[in-house]
Amino acid sequence: MSGMQLHLVVAQSTASSNGEEVTFWLLAVLSVLAALGMIVARKAVHCAMLLAVVMLSLAVLYATQGAPFLAFVQVIVYTGAVLMLFLFVMMLVGVSASDSLVETIKGQRLAAGFAGIALVILLLATVGHAALGGVTRVGAAYGSANLTSIARLIFTKYVYAFEVTSALLITAALGAMVLAHRERTTPKPTQRELAKRRLAGAHPTPLPGPGTYARHNAVDRPALLPDGRVSELSVSPVVTGRRTGGPAEGPMLPAGRPAGARPATAPAALPTAPVAAQADPGHHDRANPPPDGEDGEDGEDGGVETP
Amino acid sequence: MSPAHYIALSAILFVIGGVGVLIRRNAIVIFMCVELMLNAANLAFVAFARMHHNLDGQVIAFFVMVVAAAEVVVGLAILMAMFRTRRSASVDDANLLKY
Repeated sequence: MSGMQLHLVVAQSTASSNGEEVTFWLLAVLSVLAALGMIVARKAVHCAMLLAVVMLSLAVLYATQGAPFLAFVQVIVYTGAVLMLFLFVMMLVGVSASDSLVETIKGQRLAAGFAGIALVILLLATVGHAALGGVTRVGAAYGSANLTSIARLIFTKYVYAFEVTSALLITAALGAMVLAHRERTTPKPTQRELAKRRLAGAHPTPLPGPGTYARHNAVDRPALLPDGRVSELSVSPVVTGRRTGGPAEGPMLPAGRPAGARPATAPAALPTAPVAAQADPGHHDRANPPPDGEDGEDGEDGGVETP
Repeated sequence: MSPAHYIALSAILFVIGGVGVLIRRNAIVIFMCVELMLNAANLAFVAFARMHHNLDGQVIAFFVMVVAAAEVVVGLAILMAMFRTRRSASVDDANLLKY
């Protein structure tokens, strides 16, 4: 919202239309850059953050255009609720499910770029030729009376649309519940069955946490076993899959290892692991966990994956 | 400040969103690009409302926001159902009707 403050500062010194101009150009550049970054950012979380930038700048632009109610709805509903819903689903789906930017159809990106440029030229030419006229100054209906005027319109002229909106919202809530619901196809495992399954597996205990005996206890640092070898069980496959390398201070698992694959040998370049020639055959990967611990929780929330 | 500036910004944002829908593969990102297009249309509505000194445009923008919220809820639920069966959020993998 720095644009708003800047707008206020500028408005004190010069005419208010000048301040609006400064606000517009700042936010226009900012939002276009953020939107461009959104379509090229590789990670979906970065896209969401850049979309938040666009939405907040649009909220400020609404406010400068005499629509304070819409500005607040934009911040609360869009940036607050819709974008958080996006982030929520992103975390449920898994942030590691990143987008590959490889073209699957040859020349599609080039064609899309040309189509976009053509469309923007068409639209801008249309806007340029239209007789849009000047802008009226922000009047009474746009100041403090904005909210009451909008409320009067919604509940008189647009009252049917408003009622239909309530039906739409109920339908959307029901649809989301139906679509996100997962039918339980197997009976819920009892605590006794869970305990039996855990003891039958190779790991009656929980899997080791990251960073045990290591110099760092970050989640991406594997735990050290008492003899100095790293325990790959201690690092989540999500973290290993996302690792892109970088300066390694402590013992690290090899970078870029796919989540499901276990290397035949433990990393040999570890200063603390001189005898790391072979991996412990008793170790499982977290991607294919033995039927214990986490698996039990999986059974709790219900369903069976599709075969 | 002429409304043409706001309409031009709205057009540019709309096209960027459209290009994003065309070139991205992740369904969540495609959804976000659709949201960007809806936001751009809202900006045009607000600019026209100011130009005509008429609050109808702002009310329509408000309804667009409501419909967009409902659309996001259902769309993300569909996406989760898709992810649950295909283990992927890529639109290239959702080809069950193809064969």
